Amino acid sequence: MIINHPLLGPRDASEFTYLGAAAMIHRPDWQADDALAQFTAYGYLRDNPAGVHRELWFHEGGDRSWLVVTRDTTTHAITDVQLARDVARAEGRST
Amino acid sequence: MTYSGFRVIKEALTGHRGWRAAWRTPTPKSEYDIVIIGGGGHGLATAHYLAKEFGQHRIAVIEKGWIGGGNVGRNTTIIRSNYLLDGNEPFYEMSLKLWEGLEQDLNYNAMVSQRGILNLIHSDAQRDAFTRRGNAMILNGADADMLSTAQIQKRYPFLNVNNARFPIKGGLAQHRGGTVRHDAVAWGYARAADRRGVDIIQNCEVMGFRIENGTCLGVETSRGFIGAKKVASCVAGSSGRLMAKAGMRLPIETHVLQAFVSEGLKPVLPGVITFGAGHFYCSQSDKGGLVFGGDIDGYNSYAQRGNLPVVEDVCEGGMAIFPMLGRVRLLRMWGGVMDMSMDGSPIIDRTHIDGLYFNGGWCYGGFKATPASGYAYAHLLATDRPHKTATAYRFDRFEKGRMIDEKGMGNQPNLH
Repeated sequence: MIINHPLLGPRDASEFTYLGAAAMIHRPDWQADDALAQFTAYGYLRDNPAGVHRELWFHEGGDRSWLVVTRDTTTHAITDVQLARDVARAEGRST
Repeated sequence: MTYSGFRVIKEALTGHRGWRAAWRTPTPKSEYDIVIIGGGGHGLATAHYLAKEFGQHRIAVIEKGWIGGGNVGRNTTIIRSNYLLDGNEPFYEMSLKLWEGLEQDLNYNAMVSQRGILNLIHSDAQRDAFTRRGNAMILNGADADMLSTAQIQKRYPFLNVNNARFPIKGGLAQHRGGTVRHDAVAWGYARAADRRGVDIIQNCEVMGFRIENGTCLGVETSRGFIGAKKVASCVAGSSGRLMAKAGMRLPIETHVLQAFVSEGLKPVLPGVITFGAGHFYCSQSDKGGLVFGGDIDGYNSYAQRGNLPVVEDVCEGGMAIFPMLGRVRLLRMWGGVMDMSMDGSPIIDRTHIDGLYFNGGWCYGGFKATPASGYAYAHLLATDRPHKTATAYRFDRFEKGRMIDEKGMGNQPNLH
């Protein structure tokens, strides 16, 4: 697989390490009344779709940026790559 | 028809005209007591033990494709019970004992070969860890034997024991481990279950579950609705996809694992060997091919094929201990999709929906577990209580902090 890094261009996937679903950007509020249930789901439950999947990759063998990669889990075709920083900002997770 | 040596001779003398199909092709009934989704090794084993050990009738196994066409037909055929943790080892040891009696139980030649498995040790710290593991195995009634480098060299003279980076310092052997002809496991269980009246329905895809007021009433399939008092999911690899139809999210990611077989060679490798410093394991099939594999690719995939960096990694691991592999040509490579659970251990449990049961999360270790998985799942389905060796395989262990994490990796499926 080739990941088209937004800053560095096409890079081999072996330069990256894989974390999992991009939903992990949204860490639950630890002060919520149902924080235990939320953190159990956050830590352990996954959508695991057969098809389009948004996921976090870390460019460990490169510029050490986190990316949100949109990839089809049935074909490995990558349709979108963004810096996780930009995604988190757009989704209101950081400033 | 019971298979026997006498039968083979009789058929040989009469032109092999007396063999019949090993299982029927029934039309699905409108309702069963128990419907098992997934005609792989685990599903067929569950049906067999339900009928034989737990006196259940009116059982169906429904399979989207053909039986044995999933991971039971794609694995590297190794059986062993060399686990460390209390939640695992009694279960896998029960499985190994069931393997030992499997062929008589099924009246089917599954080519169970207890040729032994050897986990190589490359450092003093690893020797300590493997000694501990061996002791845990012995405490649970399994066999374990620490071998010296000299003993290993005598048995496997081709191993590179003096590798500068990963010298072989010894090994943990389980002599009762070995290999089994994987397809024959599916076929043997299917035939045995069919002979006890289980309906095996192939080419029948589950499209959804009929759930009313928190109770599962049956499954909607490509061949119509099939009612069931109990519905048992048994589709490891596709668990996420199937259980999503029941509205469930699982502590599982689906990953691809690659496996490889070389061209056929004369007998060179009498047992199963695993590399302790990387991830590589190898055995020789009865047809002569070296069957080997290593790590999963490490990203979510349902594609049943992997990428080349892992091929390179596996082959580097192989070359580190078997320099002779460098002259061997690869015959085939393939991928299978795994339920990678959050702690590397499986789940055999009821769900929050009445009448809906779950078996999955086998990671890449499901084949060796086939008999015990079937037995424990049958126990759960028949009695609504977990089998004594499978009490730890619960859904709520993540919430309760009772993970069964053999490698201590945490909730990161691609590291297990």
